[in-house]
Amino acid sequence: MENTQVGKTEISRWKPIIEDWKHTLYLWRRTKLAMVGTFIVIGFLIMALLAPVLAPYDPVKVDLANRLKPPSRQFLFGTDQFGRDILSRVLYGARIEVWIIFLVTVISGTIGTAVGIVAGYFGGWIDEVLMRITDVFLAFPRLILAMALSAVLGRGLTNAIIAISLVEWTVIARLARAEAMRVKSQPFVEAAKAVGASDLRILLFHILPMCVSPILVQLTMRMGTIILTAAGLGFLGLGAQPPTPEWGAIVSDGRSYLINHWWISTFPGLFIALVVLGFNLLGDGIRDILDPRLRR
Amino acid sequence: MKLASFIVKRLFLMLLVLFGVSVLVFVISKVIPADPVGAILGGNAPVELVEDLRRRLGLDKPLINQFFDYMSGLLKGDLGTSLKTNRPVVKDIAEFFPATLELAICATLLSVVLGILLGILSAVYRNRFIDHFSRVFSILGVSMPVFWTGLLLLLLFYFRLGWLPGGGRLSLFVTPPTKYTGLLVLDSLLSGNMEAFKDALAHLVLPTIVLGYSATASIARITRASMLDVLRQDFIRTAKAKGIGKRLVIYRHALRNALIPVVTIIGLTFGGLLEGAVLTETIFSWPGLGRYIVNALLVLDYPAIMGGTLFVAVIYSLVNLVVDIVYAALDPRMRI
Repeated sequence: MENTQVGKTEISRWKPIIEDWKHTLYLWRRTKLAMVGTFIVIGFLIMALLAPVLAPYDPVKVDLANRLKPPSRQFLFGTDQFGRDILSRVLYGARIEVWIIFLVTVISGTIGTAVGIVAGYFGGWIDEVLMRITDVFLAFPRLILAMALSAVLGRGLTNAIIAISLVEWTVIARLARAEAMRVKSQPFVEAAKAVGASDLRILLFHILPMCVSPILVQLTMRMGTIILTAAGLGFLGLGAQPPTPEWGAIVSDGRSYLINHWWISTFPGLFIALVVLGFNLLGDGIRDILDPRLRR
Repeated sequence: MKLASFIVKRLFLMLLVLFGVSVLVFVISKVIPADPVGAILGGNAPVELVEDLRRRLGLDKPLINQFFDYMSGLLKGDLGTSLKTNRPVVKDIAEFFPATLELAICATLLSVVLGILLGILSAVYRNRFIDHFSRVFSILGVSMPVFWTGLLLLLLFYFRLGWLPGGGRLSLFVTPPTKYTGLLVLDSLLSGNMEAFKDALAHLVLPTIVLGYSATASIARITRASMLDVLRQDFIRTAKAKGIGKRLVIYRHALRNALIPVVTIIGLTFGGLLEGAVLTETIFSWPGLGRYIVNALLVLDYPAIMGGTLFVAVIYSLVNLVVDIVYAALDPRMRI
């Protein structure tokens, strides 16, 4: 029915949305820290995208003649015990972190949303069962559950991603449930039911679209944590395996050489901190922008 | 709902969740793609030996029987025998947990005191120097990876300056105190062993700072937000209008209300401390439960993995239960 109304009403329907975006942009520019965060995240994505162009060396090529070289003009971040260039490893590492964030967000977002909206929409015993399962996963400290899952699945990047996703979905499930409960009592859902729409149809076309934006916001705010968990797993040897240049794993590489060769651990760790900082600033910024008290 | 019935309901829920937790841990241990027997004996072990070990571990029984054996063991407090240390997992946990507890207590004390203090100052002196300082300090605290901060501090204070010890709980040349609680600082005080007391304390400094920093940061962030929220409300304006001194308004009226969400975050922080402990213990060769679990995971010592993770989950759930009860006692609206 909406599509039959064109022309004037269409314009007036879009106008408030555009105004809203303009206002958001204005607020974003006013929250300086959010801007800084955005630029860090963009820089991180560019790093990942252009790694092959920016990296001066092959990130996994062993060069024993140049092992453990301190930072210099030739090797900006120095080299590790196999003579691999740390800068190149960090740059390629950005691709791995982006890959991890992307997959974990998609997998945990999908599982969490599905569980959450089903629980919230149907309520009753379905809700009870699903939420108790969520509670079981929440009963473990996150990193410890991720460690255990990653280790028993077999250490490696892919299994680490699966493990982190299996830990992360619970946050999204709780949020999606709350949103679905809020939406389901609204008149348009009642109307859809009254005209005989099936539960599946209502879930997919009426409940889900209404839940998407808070879920996306929450997923963005979790990205920093995801990197920290992945890097923690890599550092413990329970995530990405050598020679994969995952940042946490590189920090771990440098541990035994810390006394005289500080650069191996320091630079990748610095990048973890910087990128997580970027995501946290961005997350804080989004939260502030969405805060109705500031939207005046 | 009365507080008592709230507690009963919450306890019942916790038991249900803990049952689920034990099922999940059992499932995880069965997912192990590598054959645990092969992992212990190596690939070329004679068949009889393999069969014998399988029987001893109960792996020859059907899965459902294995599950019942495991559950009845749990109820009797039997977590099986570690494949690596060859001792009951319960004994291992009893030996390693006090070290983690000692570290976690110190880190909690540090983060609660410093975090709440920074949060209050930040909110009261909003947009002044102390606020900017505290916010930068906090956002860095939640962004820096624990293991990296740990390595940097180790590099500076141990390798370069030599001010603090580099790892472990006690120096080799120090006689350990008589064991009462397993908490070295307390034990050495109780047994009057001042040398061990100073040494144990010195060993605690760096791990406590590393572990406590991110917790301090999140507590400061929540306290600030919550305090600002309360300071905006009408009853604070009323209190000010009545001419009550600023200090009294802040501490008597605002802080009490602002601390309610902080209680929750302290509970959450404790979970964060348990996982941070895994990384901190690895860096500082701290002989705690976190390192025990990591080592078990690296060699797929599955009774130790199951026992360790289960134990951590039980502790975590208990802390959350206490937090919920305190929360309900502080704020009657939560008892639903």
